[in-house]
Amino acid sequence: MSTAIQIPPGEVELEARDLSVLYGGTPAVRNVSIAIPDRQVVAFIGPSGCGKSTLLRCFNRMNDLIPGAEVTGAALFQGSNLYGSGVDAVDVRRRIGMVFQKPNPFPKSIYDNVAFGPRINGYKGNMDALVERSLRQAALWDEVKDRLDSSALALSGGQQQRLCIARALSVEPEVLLMDEPASALDPIASQKIEDLIYELKQHYTVVIVTHNMQQAARVSDFTAFLYMGEVVEYGPTEGLFTNPKEERTEAYITGRFG
Amino acid sequence: MTHRHFQEELDALKSKLVGMAGLAESSVRTAVEALLERNEAKADRVVEADNTIDSLEMEIEDKAINLLALQQPMARDLRQITMSMRISSDLERVGDHAVNIAETVHWLVEAPLFPVLPEIEEMVRLATTMLKDALDAFVRGDTRLAREILKRDDRVDELHENTFRILLTHMMEDPRRISAGMDLLLVSGNLERIADLATNVSEDVIYQVEGRVVRHHAEEKRTG
Repeated sequence: MSTAIQIPPGEVELEARDLSVLYGGTPAVRNVSIAIPDRQVVAFIGPSGCGKSTLLRCFNRMNDLIPGAEVTGAALFQGSNLYGSGVDAVDVRRRIGMVFQKPNPFPKSIYDNVAFGPRINGYKGNMDALVERSLRQAALWDEVKDRLDSSALALSGGQQQRLCIARALSVEPEVLLMDEPASALDPIASQKIEDLIYELKQHYTVVIVTHNMQQAARVSDFTAFLYMGEVVEYGPTEGLFTNPKEERTEAYITGRFG
Repeated sequence: MTHRHFQEELDALKSKLVGMAGLAESSVRTAVEALLERNEAKADRVVEADNTIDSLEMEIEDKAINLLALQQPMARDLRQITMSMRISSDLERVGDHAVNIAETVHWLVEAPLFPVLPEIEEMVRLATTMLKDALDAFVRGDTRLAREILKRDDRVDELHENTFRILLTHMMEDPRRISAGMDLLLVSGNLERIADLATNVSEDVIYQVEGRVVRHHAEEKRTG
């Protein structure tokens, strides 16, 4: 395994240490150790079933919701174990937000979709300002500012996905996990999401899972190639796509797999 | 719509290439000045500048390869990136020819003074202007200028042939002039190559903008 990425101490945002995930006793992620730097975009790539989504979900404890899933080893956020005793999974998910493959807006207005999380968390500040800021950060504000009261379901797929990103940002997380965020979108909408990811890294750490290698190449600073539940190679995106160190990575990214 | 960040990278690649072009052009001018003035210090400056040109070539190549691998460019963007690689390697060669010219200065300082032929002076003027214009054509995407440059190359070739005949005559008349004559012949050959490289750049500009191959007289062959 080639996972030589140098991160200065204090700039590791997320880390997996010897992390394994089993579904009903079958391992999906095997002894993975990987560190994710603060305010960078990291992409997980690999064939279907390689464990990339499972690994991603460990970082905000989404696997807790899957019956029969068992996590061993440690997943750390800013140095503390996300699976430690007394850690509240709901609090974890507020600080580490997630965006899914299919846009899943609530059947509410655009405004209420964004305000939903902050209200539940008892947000006391200026809600209008927070909604506007979140929508702007998600590059959606200009398209919806005149119809904030319309139903979110009337938006296009690409707009719905950006709304979900705004919703994730409204609770002011520190990390954004994205599981195939553009795979249900047309090329133009995907490109908007990709541009957005590039903007988001100024304030957030972004981890993205994608089966679209080209997308990983375009948006990420670091890329991890996973295969059969293991990290085969992890390094700066430029190097991984122009001169991978591992033969299996080369075979995968040049389409000569198996 | 292009990715904003991809567009920024393309612009950065272009400005790096423009910087490299400026250096190559000024190297040729300095080398020729050094030659005409018999100025060894100027000649040394050309050799030093060549290191910068060489490292720029590598930087541009590296940047271009990364853009190809990471951004999967298409159409005009793809042509811009591949042509940038080719133009930068042509410019690197221009730098080498400037060094060749500069290196003859050291020999000519000791050799008996040779009259500088008006033919060589005209070649210097033509070759450096072709190079400068080719880079302007690149910066502006001006294919009319690029096509016009291609036509000028014939005159440079003709001058090179004339220079060869004149120098040969001088050397046959007075064998003491052989050494200096050979050096000037090399200078003429280097200028001729610089003009060729300027035409290469012009051809690449046409391909980049129009997607048409005009190298090796392909355009004339097509039209019969």
